[in-house]
Amino acid sequence: MTMGKPLPHDSAPLHVTGQARYADDIALPGAALHLAFGLSTCAHGVISAIDLSAVQAAPGVVAVYSATDFPDMPDCSPSVHDEPLLAVGRVHYVGQPVFLVVADSHLAARKAARLGKISYEELPALLTVDAALAANSRFEQGPVIWTKGDPSGAMARAPHVTEGSFEVGGQEHFYLEGQIALAHPTDDGGVSVISSTQHPTEIQHKVAHALHMPMSAVRVETRRMGGGFGGKESQGNALAIACALAARATGRACKMRYDRDDDMMITGKRHDLRIKYRVGHDAEGRILGIEFIHLFRCGWSQDLSLPVADRAMLHADNCYHLPDIRIESHRLRTNTQSATAYRGFGGPQGIVGIERVIDHVAHAVGREPLDVRLLNFYRSNATPAVTPAQTTPFHMEMEDFIGHELVAELENSSNYRARKAEIAAWNSTNPILKRGIALTPVKFGISFTLTWLNQAGALVHVYQDGSVMLNHGGTEMGQGLNQKVAQVVAGVFGLETDAVKITATDTAKVPNTSATAASSGSDLNGMAARAAAETIRNRMADFIADKHQTKPAAVRFESGLVKVAGEHYAFAQVAAWAYQARISLSSTGYYATPKITWDRVKGRGRPFLYFAYGAAVSEVVIDTLTGENRILRVDILHDTGTSLNPALDIGQVEGAFVQGAGWLTTEELVWNGKGVLTTHAPSTYKIPACSDRPPVFNVALWDKPNREDTVGKSKAVGEPPFNLGISVLMALSDAIAACGDGQSYVALDAPATAERVLMAVRRQQGHA
Amino acid sequence: MSEIAFLLNGTPIRVSGDAPTRTLLDFLRETKGLTGTKEGCNEGDCGACTVMVTDEDGAKALNSCILFLPQLNGKAVRTVEGLSGPAGEMHPVQAAMVNHHGSQCGFCTPGFCVSMAVGHMAGRTDHDTVLAGNLCRCTGYAPIIRAAKATEAAPVPAWMTTDAFNLAQISAGDATDSGDHRRDGGEAPLTPRDLDAFADWYAANPDATLIAGATDVGLWVTKQLRDLPKPAFLGGLADLKGIDRQGDTLRLGAGVTIEALRAAVAPLHPSFAELLRRYASLQVRNAATIGGNIANGSPIGDGPPALIALGATLHLRRGQERRAIALEDFFLEYRKQDRLPGEFVEAVTLPAHAPAFRVYKLSKRFDQDISAVCGGFNVTVIDGKVQNARIAFGGMAGIPKRATAVEAALVGNRWTLETVAAAKAAMAQDFAPMTDMRASADYRLMAAQNMLTRYFHDLAGRPVSVLEVTL
Repeated sequence: MTMGKPLPHDSAPLHVTGQARYADDIALPGAALHLAFGLSTCAHGVISAIDLSAVQAAPGVVAVYSATDFPDMPDCSPSVHDEPLLAVGRVHYVGQPVFLVVADSHLAARKAARLGKISYEELPALLTVDAALAANSRFEQGPVIWTKGDPSGAMARAPHVTEGSFEVGGQEHFYLEGQIALAHPTDDGGVSVISSTQHPTEIQHKVAHALHMPMSAVRVETRRMGGGFGGKESQGNALAIACALAARATGRACKMRYDRDDDMMITGKRHDLRIKYRVGHDAEGRILGIEFIHLFRCGWSQDLSLPVADRAMLHADNCYHLPDIRIESHRLRTNTQSATAYRGFGGPQGIVGIERVIDHVAHAVGREPLDVRLLNFYRSNATPAVTPAQTTPFHMEMEDFIGHELVAELENSSNYRARKAEIAAWNSTNPILKRGIALTPVKFGISFTLTWLNQAGALVHVYQDGSVMLNHGGTEMGQGLNQKVAQVVAGVFGLETDAVKITATDTAKVPNTSATAASSGSDLNGMAARAAAETIRNRMADFIADKHQTKPAAVRFESGLVKVAGEHYAFAQVAAWAYQARISLSSTGYYATPKITWDRVKGRGRPFLYFAYGAAVSEVVIDTLTGENRILRVDILHDTGTSLNPALDIGQVEGAFVQGAGWLTTEELVWNGKGVLTTHAPSTYKIPACSDRPPVFNVALWDKPNREDTVGKSKAVGEPPFNLGISVLMALSDAIAACGDGQSYVALDAPATAERVLMAVRRQQGHA
Repeated sequence: MSEIAFLLNGTPIRVSGDAPTRTLLDFLRETKGLTGTKEGCNEGDCGACTVMVTDEDGAKALNSCILFLPQLNGKAVRTVEGLSGPAGEMHPVQAAMVNHHGSQCGFCTPGFCVSMAVGHMAGRTDHDTVLAGNLCRCTGYAPIIRAAKATEAAPVPAWMTTDAFNLAQISAGDATDSGDHRRDGGEAPLTPRDLDAFADWYAANPDATLIAGATDVGLWVTKQLRDLPKPAFLGGLADLKGIDRQGDTLRLGAGVTIEALRAAVAPLHPSFAELLRRYASLQVRNAATIGGNIANGSPIGDGPPALIALGATLHLRRGQERRAIALEDFFLEYRKQDRLPGEFVEAVTLPAHAPAFRVYKLSKRFDQDISAVCGGFNVTVIDGKVQNARIAFGGMAGIPKRATAVEAALVGNRWTLETVAAAKAAMAQDFAPMTDMRASADYRLMAAQNMLTRYFHDLAGRPVSVLEVTL
């Protein structure tokens, strides 16, 4: 079997030698043009005058476009038509594209884009949660509210009520390869686009719409991205549309690549939010009733904010049974970049909320946080069923909860309790440095909550020489999706994985694809590709069985051979015979996720096929004089079902953890009072560097089969382990608590920069 | 027309010096079609564009996005494409990166491989330091470090060592000046070699743009999109690169790189060396110079607070005139220095002994970050009393600045926590820091005060750094 092998990423030899070709590496025709946007410097205002004469006169400039050039401004939004390609009449954030420069070089376009003279009549800019709330500036008419049980009654009856509020920062994707697209006009009036996108079909759809063409006239290809993380689900639309428009207008190939600073100024990030909570509990810390208010800063346009905020609500329980719960979710419209998809898609924001609550309740009742966590866990699926069955806050029956077993194993392997005691002793002798430790679990729902997206297509060819070509709707952004799917297909044919040729994602090969998002890539595309491969294999088996007067079920495909009636034939031989016998050796494959139903208005149904689980123990040290802090050790046990490729899965877990830890520690987005993002480059926005990874980093997979019928009984892995970074925030909280007398809760906001840690330390020490 | 000559993956090439601010990255990608070297940030912060550059001092990793072509004159460049052997065989770090799953999206990978290969050639095992200037968003770095460790014992491939031998093959481009500088302001000597001649030329051409490592000037071009008047590249001025010990004084030429400085001060001032280990990244330290760090006048440069606390002297030169001033007197106000038109920083001198000297850097991220606050402390205690105190901060004012009120509150008093507490209170007389994206004013002040407490405990030998805690 090829499935389950820890094979390297299929492109690894190309990555390390510099041969892997990204969009910017593709040789252009000599007459190619380069595009750049001129950006708004005003957070909210009416454009009173635009003077682009200097732009037009700049060296190398071929064309300049602004709102007046489009009677029907193309739209870039993935949801509702609220994102004009170029600002029309009004600007809504600093960084919004106002005009488009087409020039004969990247540098010429960038230089010219700085020369626009735009005057604004400034309007009040809504930059904060409080300002947006006060102005009732929001998407949807009012907050979305889901209630299950009787939270207010449960709260009233509870012996203790704990409440609080905290801020959770956003996050820049910082994909190493910035946004990029190029478009070639085709001779039949269509356009061929190469885009660094997680969603080629969406690029195709938006380009077709902008150019008033059928989707069939637009072809989009994506070989690989230099990182995506959700940031290339919708944020590449503007570049592809701009290139397609300019390519049609000039008849020349057009390329657009955002400079890093422009990328960070223009594109959306993870949603930041304020979470308010009120929780009724008993003296042991058992949660009896709970109310959450999520206040999301969504930015200027809707983009994907509604499903992001929904997913936060869908993860407000994490691993905990909360029978009486109310969640109120506000999606606030602000004059900032339009917050967008980012690994976890709101899930991490929901999970960090309940983990904060547990930490706070544990403090309130004076118990070990891990014990309070375990006390509130869902029932184990290994214990006898209870009636009525436990359900999530969205009324989905919990069938697969493995948190008890997984956490017990991690608690043991990490030596959590003994280390906690040793840390307390160490802290008592160290006045300046304090250590802390925490274990947090994760339960993450797998499936798109927009149900129709849970489908995928694939295309497999077997050539007459026995070589295999694989194409599917998923995109490769580093996660190793192509390799996993190739392993699945190779397994079907009994071939080695490298016998399967992986090809670029192409809307002309597999249509109507969903974004490679929601961790669904291998679940969906693996199944679709398997179906395609099985169709061909079945035809080959029928053919060769018939030749040998036996049943197709008796034909085996293994070790590069086709075994039938005691004979062993090379796979290539059988392929050649099948071709000569006029058997089709090409097939599409299709998959639609079963079992799922979801009513997002009512907040009811089964939005997820299954949950992926994991847990992490993080240990940290802080400096009580400066707030500097560092991770010392991390132990992770993560559920991947039966892993399709343990090496790639461990890579996802390690990378997601570090990215999650970055979100909650050093990665701070700062906007000034004028709405200017002042952290718009890696000089000021700090993702984890090499030495920030845990120096002791033990990652293991909980490698037990998915109870659902997924490809190879595996589980999705892209997003769930991101949430394990929350253990770092909780460990910091534990370390800070060692600075006080236990009277007040630490109440640490995120990201827990050195500054926030120091301020929390001072509160513990009794300073105002 | 001047020409620039260098080796590119072993092949001698010559390019026109007509576009002196063209970056190596753009040249590689746009002119040579060598697209393995990536643009991640175009400001020297991500390392995706890392290349290996060999000169008479050896091989170094540098960021090609802020490296101008004239800086390469007479040197050898090796890109990721040049790491593999002549028959296409992988370099050991490349093979290890495959085997240890060190690449995911692969975009940062060429830069990592180059940094790793340069580190490997030098036998380095301090991988976190070698790779601090390479950002990866996918892997969490763990598999990259596994790959680096797995390669430690592998022999250096023969093809990697050829650049040093082949340097002599480069017939230096004629960008080098002939020494014939006209005092009345002729054409800029693109890459001068004669310091005296250069000094005269600059005195006559004070509007020239002096470029040493280009780690800041590079961004004027790549981010501010400026055209630089009369660029003069100082990397060929050997007389600016001296590191000389004269008795109790260490003299550093302005052209000494931060990395060379780090090595020079490591045995003398370990705290300074540790600060410099956290100064940007290895790629930046290999290019940036101490003269540039000072002359730039930034209020958040890390060199000046340390050097001021050490009591450094700055040596300025204009034509054949020289003067020496206390370093702290060089910084007048925000972005304004005591430097005459046509005058340049020639050297800095500092004491070779300062056992009580410590310097602390506070930033959001430990490595490759700009200080929110950088504090240098040098307090002399005799018989329990503070005899002398030199304390200087970066990030607390518009210039690197001494904390004179704090110093006054210490001098003459007993070296105790009570004295420290009183001195901390005086900090507010010295500084009214600003709030920006790196830190708030309150935090800056509080952290600067607490650094004095840290210093007290540090001198007493107590653990004060989270970086020193290991399990």
